[in-house]
Parts: sequence; C-alpha cells; structure tokens
Amino acid sequence: MSRYFQPEIECASREEIRKIQSERLVKQVQNIWDNVPMYRKRMEEKGLTPEDIKSVDDLSKLPFTEKDDLRDQYPYGLLARPLSECVRIQSTSGTTGRRVVAFYTQHDIDLWEECCARAIVAAGGTKEDVCHVSYGYGLFTGGPGLNGGSHKVGCLTLPMSSGNTERQIQFMTDLGSTILCCTPSYAAYLAESIEERGVRDQIKLKAGIFGAEAWTEEMRRGIEEKLGIKAYDIYGLTEISGPGVSFECEEQTGMHVNEDHFIPEIINPITGEVLPDGEKGELVFTSISKEAFPLMRYRTRDICILSRKKCSCGRTHVKMTKPLGRSDDMLIVKGVNVFPSQIETVLMNQGYPANYQIIVDRVNNSDTIEVQVEMTPEMFSDNLSVVSEKEKELVNGLKAMLGIYAKVKLVAPKTIVRSEGKAVRVIDKRNLYQG
Amino acid sequence: MAVKQISVFLENQPGKLAEFAAVLSAQKINLRAISVAEAADFGIVRIIVDDVFNAVTVLKSENYICSITDVLAVEVQDEAGMLANMIGVLGAEGINIEYMYNILGKISNVAYMIIRTNVDAQAAKILEAKGFKIVDLEAMK
Repeated sequence: MSRYFQPEIECASREEIRKIQSERLVKQVQNIWDNVPMYRKRMEEKGLTPEDIKSVDDLSKLPFTEKDDLRDQYPYGLLARPLSECVRIQSTSGTTGRRVVAFYTQHDIDLWEECCARAIVAAGGTKEDVCHVSYGYGLFTGGPGLNGGSHKVGCLTLPMSSGNTERQIQFMTDLGSTILCCTPSYAAYLAESIEERGVRDQIKLKAGIFGAEAWTEEMRRGIEEKLGIKAYDIYGLTEISGPGVSFECEEQTGMHVNEDHFIPEIINPITGEVLPDGEKGELVFTSISKEAFPLMRYRTRDICILSRKKCSCGRTHVKMTKPLGRSDDMLIVKGVNVFPSQIETVLMNQGYPANYQIIVDRVNNSDTIEVQVEMTPEMFSDNLSVVSEKEKELVNGLKAMLGIYAKVKLVAPKTIVRSEGKAVRVIDKRNLYQG
Repeated sequence: MAVKQISVFLENQPGKLAEFAAVLSAQKINLRAISVAEAADFGIVRIIVDDVFNAVTVLKSENYICSITDVLAVEVQDEAGMLANMIGVLGAEGINIEYMYNILGKISNVAYMIIRTNVDAQAAKILEAKGFKIVDLEAMK
C-alpha cells in the first residue's frame, strides 16, 4: 500500500517541480496566445509576447483573469481547443446569474481525476476501499471529480449523489463504505442521522474527504468523533478543474496544492502585487496542464496563506490554508455559490426596492438563507392572497437564479438598517472563517 | 355608496399590532371596524375609520404601508340565518367573497357586514335586487 498516488510527482524536489512548472507554463502561454483572443489581446496590451515568459519566475508578468471575464467570454470565448476535442463541461454559478462553463478534453478529465485520486490516497484510500461519493453529480464538479478519482485509485465507487439520507445510510451499512466524500455540512448531518438510528456500530467508515464549503476545526472534530473517522479537507473550483486542486494529508495542517498542474500565488487583492509565502492574501491560480480551458492567474477571491514548511507526510507541494475569508461578497450556501448581486437582480426584476438584507445561518448543520425585503406601496394590496402570491413569485425567482431555496421575508418599510457608506447586505451568522 | 377601507402592512411579530393601535390612539382616531389577516411572516390589518384622510396621513408619516380600497357595507337583520341568506345570494350568482368582517352600528336589531368580492359593483346590484341595503358610514350611526 502506497502512501502516495503519484510519489514521483507528489514528493518531487523543489527544483524538479519548478522545472515541470516552467516547461508547462511556457507551453501553456504559447497555447493561449495562439488560441484565446482575450489573452492575446491582454498580453499585447502589456507589451508581452510568449517569448517573454521563459520560466515560472515570469508568471507575475501575465495578466489576471477575473470571474467576470468568464461571464463575458461565455460560452466559448476562453476555449483553447476545438470543441471536437472536448468531451465534457462542468458548470458553476456566475456573479449575475449567467453560469460559468468549463470545458474538458479527455486529458483534462484525466489530470483532474488524478488530483482527486491523490486526495483519496492521502486520506488512506486503496483499491480495497469502498468510496461513498455523496457530493452532487451533474454540472457540479464535486460528484464527478471524486467519482473519477475513486476509479483511478481502484476503490469500489458508490455514486450516491446527495440527498436521500435513508438510502445513504442503508448503502453505508450494507456495502461497508469506508471513505465518505461529501460537503462537511452533509457529513455532519449524516453523522447525526446515523447516531439517531443507533447504527454507528454497523458503519465501517475510516475517513472522510469533505469540501466545497467552509467549515471550522470544531466541526471537523465533531464529525470525526461522531463517525469515528479522520476528516480531510479538499479544495477546488470549477474554473480551475474542480475538487482536488489541493487536498489535506494526514498532518491536517493545510492542503497540498497540486503544483504540477496549478501554480498558486498569493496577491494583495487591492494592488495585485504578489506577496511572499506566509503572507495572507488572495489566492490566484494558473492552470499549466489543462488543454481546453486553461486560465492564467485566475483570481479565486479566496483569502489564504501559502506555506512551504516541510510536511511530515513527505509531500513537497506547497500547502495552502483553508480559505480564511473572501475578497468579494460571494457566499457559499449549501455548497452553492451565491452572490448578493444575483439576489438583487431578481428583486429589481420583480419590482422590489434595493432595500434588502440577506441572512445566512446554519441550523442543524444545514445552511439556510433568508432574503428580507422591504414592502412598498406598489407591491401592497388589501388582499392577502395577492401579497402571498407575490411572495411566492419571489421565492420561485430566487430559486431559478440561485438553484437553491431561499426563504423570503417581507418586512415593514425602513426596518432594514441603512448604514452610512456601504450597506450591510449580508449577515452571515455561521462564523465559518477562522484565523 | 362604498365605504373606504384602509389596509395596512404589518410584520407578524409580537407588539406590532399594539404599536399600530398606539399610533391611531395618539391621534384620537376611533376605529369603526378592524380585521386582521395573517400569513406566516406578515399580516394585513384592515380598518374602517370616519376620517380616512387623517388616518392615512398619520399612518404614512409613521412609515406604514397602506392602501385604500372601496368595500361594501351591507345591512342585515340581526337574526339567525340572515347572514347565510345574504352570502347565499352572492354564492348563487358565482360571486366570490375575498374577505368579510363586521362593523359596529348603533341601531338595534341591525348588523352590518363589510364585504369585498371579486366584483363589488355587480355584487351590490344583486344584493339590492334581493332587498339588502348597501349603506355608508353615516347610515350606521
């Protein structure tokens, strides 16, 4: 049993990693110069040609990519390969409702799945394991990514997807699941459900790989205790590939970034200046191996710290902390990206005023989101069913935009606090970010 | 002959109705009728007052959302079966009552109902044809 999925890469020396990164970066820059007009134009604006990028040291010369670029270039603008070479799309929400679509060639799928396989092996997975994947499948990358990784490791893979807790527990007990992959909040929920049913002694889980949303150290310890497992964090984003961009090892002190495919940088979110290792700032990724949808210096908006401290697990890849916050106003609710601007768009479309507040909470380990909006004379009627109907329309509109249920609460005028300067649009009661 | 009703949006929370009543009380506005309809998080309070303009001015200055609606006030004899009789007439004609509540009158043996239907003008005609009186606020004093 190996402790690593690809030891030659995962434990490579810094020089070897830099060599791989430099080679791939140079090749990738040529690729985007040749195939992605937006990048060529931006490089030209900076007076750059592919010859200016000779090694990973030149990375910071390249322009950034923002989430809005993905929206503006939707759907094919950032594609660097002919569609005929692509075999898959995955998708995530954009800032204003237009979705972000990422394309994959078979090579891209393979490297993504290998990254997930590294994470599964780091969590103790072998081909003897039963890997229970309860991330959502479909456009969301969670299910497909871990599913593919599990195949690569050779685990017996249970493509459970999310929901239907009864069935989840039944399969867990009947088929002896040993590794659970899902969001931490769902893991906590499953742990409680298992406890309630008194079937903890029939559960063979030994490890969990949990990601796609922020969670605290207390939550980790709670899940570990309740399920009798070791809980590993995993990080990723659809724009870069999906889960497995980085993952935790047994040390549980940060996530190793798969640096042979994704080069991380930490920048000052205001000036864009690159910060040294150990400093807190915005995490930026450059995907150097991907063919179809390679992003240059993609600003994740996640605030992190990178550390090159030697890890006891033997892996040499740089470690990132869990996101310590966001440099934009994105919320992750039930694993889904939610932007206040999306909610505002729905409100405006339905004739509501801009006086609203979003309240996010976690009740019984499940995220809740409530949109409070002030009533207006135009929306009001003497007829209760007319007002209730409008309320329902708003709930439906939000569901269509966000993909998740948001409770709507109509409140009296002037009850939502107006602050001087920036309005406090979001109250997140979950306190998920630490550090 | 319609009566003006004021509908007010209130949050469904302890103390909100009391606050509302206190605002009216402070301005010495006397209620002739009140009804409360509630949803999960909000409610609609409907009131009938003598001086609609004054009441609305006061409520608006206190940031309440309110609207004025014409409703029918129907006189019925204060006897068993008379209400059933009156609304039976509307039901038979396929007229839907959206809401209804009673209003105080000062004449004995007579009760007054405030009704709002999907077609008030037609409802008024039908009721009058069946001998029911549609009245205004003055008539109830």
